[in-house]
Amino acid sequence: MKKGRFGEYGGQYVPETLMNAVAEVEKAYEYYKNDPDYVSELETLYREYAGRPSRLYYADKMTKDLGGAKIYLKREDLNHTGSHKINNVLGQVLLAKKMGKTRVIAETGAGQHGVATATAAALMGLECDIFMGKEDTDRQVLNVYRMELLGARVHPVTSGTQTLKDAVNETMREWTRRVEDTLYVLGSVMGPHPFPTIVRDFQKIIGREIKSQLKEKEGRLPDAVIACVGGGSNAMGAFYEFIEDTGVQLIGCEAAGLGVDNPKNAATIANGTEGIFHGMKSIFCQDEDGQIAPVYSISAGLDYPGIGPEHAMLYKTGRASYVPITDEEAVKAFEYLSRTEGIIPAIESAHAVAYARKLAPEMGKDKIIVINISGRGDKDVAAIARYRGVNIHE
Amino acid sequence: MSRIQNAFKQGKAFISFVTGGDPDLETTEKLIVAMEEAGADLIEIGIPFSDPIAEGAVIQEANERALSAGCTTDKLFDMVKGVREKVSVPLVYLTYINPIYTYGKDKFFKRCVECGIDGVIVPDLPFEEKEELEVDCLKYGVDLISLIAPTSNDRVRMIAEQATGFIYCVSSMGVTGVRSEIKTDINAMISMVREVTKAPCAVGFGISTPEQAREFASVSDGAIVGSAIVKIISQYGKDSIKPVADYVREMKKAVMEA
Repeated sequence: MKKGRFGEYGGQYVPETLMNAVAEVEKAYEYYKNDPDYVSELETLYREYAGRPSRLYYADKMTKDLGGAKIYLKREDLNHTGSHKINNVLGQVLLAKKMGKTRVIAETGAGQHGVATATAAALMGLECDIFMGKEDTDRQVLNVYRMELLGARVHPVTSGTQTLKDAVNETMREWTRRVEDTLYVLGSVMGPHPFPTIVRDFQKIIGREIKSQLKEKEGRLPDAVIACVGGGSNAMGAFYEFIEDTGVQLIGCEAAGLGVDNPKNAATIANGTEGIFHGMKSIFCQDEDGQIAPVYSISAGLDYPGIGPEHAMLYKTGRASYVPITDEEAVKAFEYLSRTEGIIPAIESAHAVAYARKLAPEMGKDKIIVINISGRGDKDVAAIARYRGVNIHE
Repeated sequence: MSRIQNAFKQGKAFISFVTGGDPDLETTEKLIVAMEEAGADLIEIGIPFSDPIAEGAVIQEANERALSAGCTTDKLFDMVKGVREKVSVPLVYLTYINPIYTYGKDKFFKRCVECGIDGVIVPDLPFEEKEELEVDCLKYGVDLISLIAPTSNDRVRMIAEQATGFIYCVSSMGVTGVRSEIKTDINAMISMVREVTKAPCAVGFGISTPEQAREFASVSDGAIVGSAIVKIISQYGKDSIKPVADYVREMKKAVMEA
């Protein structure tokens, strides 16, 4: 298999200006992932700073209410900064520091990855620039201020559709402008090699913890692991440890926006075709001329027209399945989990909750589902209120 | 001898760029004819793409204008086929890997030959991934133009050794766009290339003034200008034929003095 490939997907489709930079990241990562000092520093940060391991919580009320499979919630929302993004960011920013970089840049959709990057940069004393679609800076005003509070500069991106894909474009452009002292901290299991591998390696702790925590509680493997998928980092993190355990169903939940048949959706597997974009061969929402589609989801974090290459492979080989969840289903699940368990999930994670609500009743009471609650929903409260027609003055 | 090789035989070359379909295909066709008449030795035609990550704001906006005006890959091919009967200058497509991949690689290069396209420049297809297109390029005899960047360093030799057509030397870090000052040591880049290949080298990114064109053509085989031309087109739209031709004439003169 060629370097950085997942089956036929993946690769390194970036401008020549960046080739030495991605090679440098790869070399540094290959070295430091086996460096005892680096590994122990990262473990300490996970434990003492991020609050790992995150809990695996048995959702008793939800289980009883749905009347089928037992439901466990992997509480990535309890991590410092409120989502799984911190797992990857601590790893990459620490790597940047070891590499002698003095500045990190990152794209962000909902702002969770931006906040996590700004946080790690503050902690480790690096300069930080965040690129965020103008539409998203409007949707997530609080997160913009949060990043600025942490010392980052936030650049609203006004090109294209002004959302996550344009933020990625602009961060790549910025990296070609200034590569010497800067590391691009990519937020998902996407982009050119080595990023899909690096990000997955930093996120696979989610699935590893699920496995050992469930073994302790139930003495066995789950029957299904469910996670939301935009680029796919929390899902890849939750799935990876179970890929060899073929009895475990792996289910990714895509953002179907107003519906898979409505142009306003972001369901890549449901509607996409093979292409090469943002450094990788994978599956993308695009037209017959290869123009990337202007996708839509209520969730800024899932509002991305592609999916990571390892997911594309898991889909192609049939190891994982991917289901579309609409805005309406996600909002209902957002409200459901809040009222049933007293846990307000990120609207992204609510897509996974929505599918569990469909699946659990169809499964026997002896079955076990794990839902990855990738982030907390405080950031979404105003948007959900708007969706419900409630006017909130913050 | 191929049209591209030929373009570099009569002294230093002036290479101009235009985004296909900006503001419409009719204007692009007229611009190609006018640029050849004004002395362009090679013309790059951009196939518009929704997300051109190597472009600065000027060419990004040209891509958006072309797409909203309804330019598609097929319509662009049809226009090129027509203009090929009027011009003999080498025509090279500049686009991203996705429009080619999605169109179907075999079909794409077959149409390149039918329509008289001599080469392709694909900024997001580095050396390590070039086999993605190499087979079809060879099969149809379309040159896959290699780029080298200020950060290429130890990669220059490897890239230059396998280069076809000409080598596109990226003058500066970052994306396309007009720059008042270019600091890269182009001389050093070119000498590294010269050690391993006779393929001509043209310098692009950031060049807009006759002085810059003269300076870079003097140390290489030619100068490439994109954003400065696209800027004129954005200003004058359908009436940009004459101002673009005047500009090309001036730039060509500067390059010949190099």
